[in-house]
Amino acid sequence: MIEIKNVSKWYGSFQVLKDCSTHVSKGEVVVVCGPSGSGKSTLIKCVNGLEAIQQGEILVNTTKVNDPKTNLPKLRSHVGMVFQHFELFPHLSITDNLCLAQVEVLGRGKEEAREKGLALLDRVGLKAHADKFPGQLSGGQQQRVAIARALAMGPYCMLFDEPTSALDPEMINEVLDVMVELAQEGMTMMVVTHEMGFARKVANRVIFMDQGQIIEDTTKEEFFGSPRSERAQQFLSKILHHCN
Amino acid sequence: MEFNSLIDALPALLEGLQVTLKLMVMAVMGGIVIGTMLALFRLSNNRILSLSASVYVGYFRSIPLLLVISWFYFLVPMIIEWMTGKPEPVGPFISSLVAFTMFEAAYYCEILRAGIQSIPKGQVSAAYALGMNYRQTMRLVILPQAFRKMAPLLLQQSIILFQDTALVYAVGLMDFLNTARSRGDITGELPLFLLSAGAVYFVISFTASRVVMHLQKKLAIAQAH
Ligand SMILES: Nc1ncnc2c1ncn2[C@@H]1O[C@H](COP(=O)(O)OP(=O)(O)OP(=O)(O)O)[C@@H](O)[C@H]1O
Ligand SMILES: [Mg+2]
Repeated sequence: MIEIKNVSKWYGSFQVLKDCSTHVSKGEVVVVCGPSGSGKSTLIKCVNGLEAIQQGEILVNTTKVNDPKTNLPKLRSHVGMVFQHFELFPHLSITDNLCLAQVEVLGRGKEEAREKGLALLDRVGLKAHADKFPGQLSGGQQQRVAIARALAMGPYCMLFDEPTSALDPEMINEVLDVMVELAQEGMTMMVVTHEMGFARKVANRVIFMDQGQIIEDTTKEEFFGSPRSERAQQFLSKILHHCN
Repeated sequence: MEFNSLIDALPALLEGLQVTLKLMVMAVMGGIVIGTMLALFRLSNNRILSLSASVYVGYFRSIPLLLVISWFYFLVPMIIEWMTGKPEPVGPFISSLVAFTMFEAAYYCEILRAGIQSIPKGQVSAAYALGMNYRQTMRLVILPQAFRKMAPLLLQQSIILFQDTALVYAVGLMDFLNTARSRGDITGELPLFLLSAGAVYFVISFTASRVVMHLQKKLAIAQAH
């Protein structure tokens, strides 16, 4: 589903990504973790072409993302993305947030878009808030709406960039629950997160990044069990400390 | 003082007021449309576009409005003749409208540029991630937010424009003030006419700026959410 092959990227002379290769197969959940500044966000943004790469190749569903001929808006409309700071559109009601891209990008009728949006809103447990504005919802609620908004486009895979790290601790689980459910239904997901509980529960593989490199790319069982690189070991013990 | 002369002049004064308001409303609308385009040019990655827009803005913000009005009075007929091949008298209203629109566009551009830049980058990313292209992102997501945020400043600028319309005196357009002045001259009641004109300008500008303050308060509350 997602193929990342020997990808390198520079900001000026600073190399953010160094020869990164990995993949996410259909139905797989891959968790990406690593210290701040290691390039996790950059890597995931390259997958839907929000960031350009200078070397290597990225394929999503056999479409080459870094090909100038690729219709990026079309590709992105089928790759859901959820951001750390939710990024709901504050000037639009929750319903309009859910419908906007369905109508404008996919060309769906207003009624159909609304039905689909409301069904997904119901699914994330927020049907009662359909007519409110984003500013009237808590962070956790906003993030669930953001997930519903991405799902409304009927994506073939979902990208998450630290979806819970801007949330108050008591709201983290309501968002993780939605994501776990999604994973269990077979959604293909690439998730940047430090929530190791989530990784243990649903991840197929865990990727550890440091200084722009993929240091480890292993199954969940291996990641949480066997010995690993010292850097990953240190990092893992630090965040597990934090979380438990 | 003779108030009857004022009542007699009322139809002419109202016509003058209509000219002033028409000029203002049309210049505001045209100025905002062109100003929005200039703002997008200034922020675009295309060096030629952003450079030409900033030269335009810098230029119009550095010369007196009175000069622009006088210029366009001569320039607009010449340009029309050059384009259509035959001389066309356009009159002071059209030339003033063009002058105000072009001049104000530079100011609106700067307000809107600040507005667009104040919208978090993540909003653009979110719109792109949903499959929107640049135009959709601007039209549906960024500009509506920028306009809301900048509404008080845009209105403020429009109030200034309203007062500046009196400068069309220079090209002999019979706007509100010019009408009041000429009527006052004819009837020999110039002080009365000028005082009354002042009262009208005051009421309109003052009411509008109260609206601005009210808007600002409402926006502050909305943002605190
Ligand atoms: N637009 C940019 N221009 C220059 N450098 C950038 C830019 N965006 C990110 N970087 C740098 O690239 C590196 C990787 O950034 P990135 O956001 O991908 O890290 P991250 O792993 O997501 O970190 P975090 O956990 O803090 O979100 C950082 O050193 C950052 O300073
Ligand atoms: Mg990040």
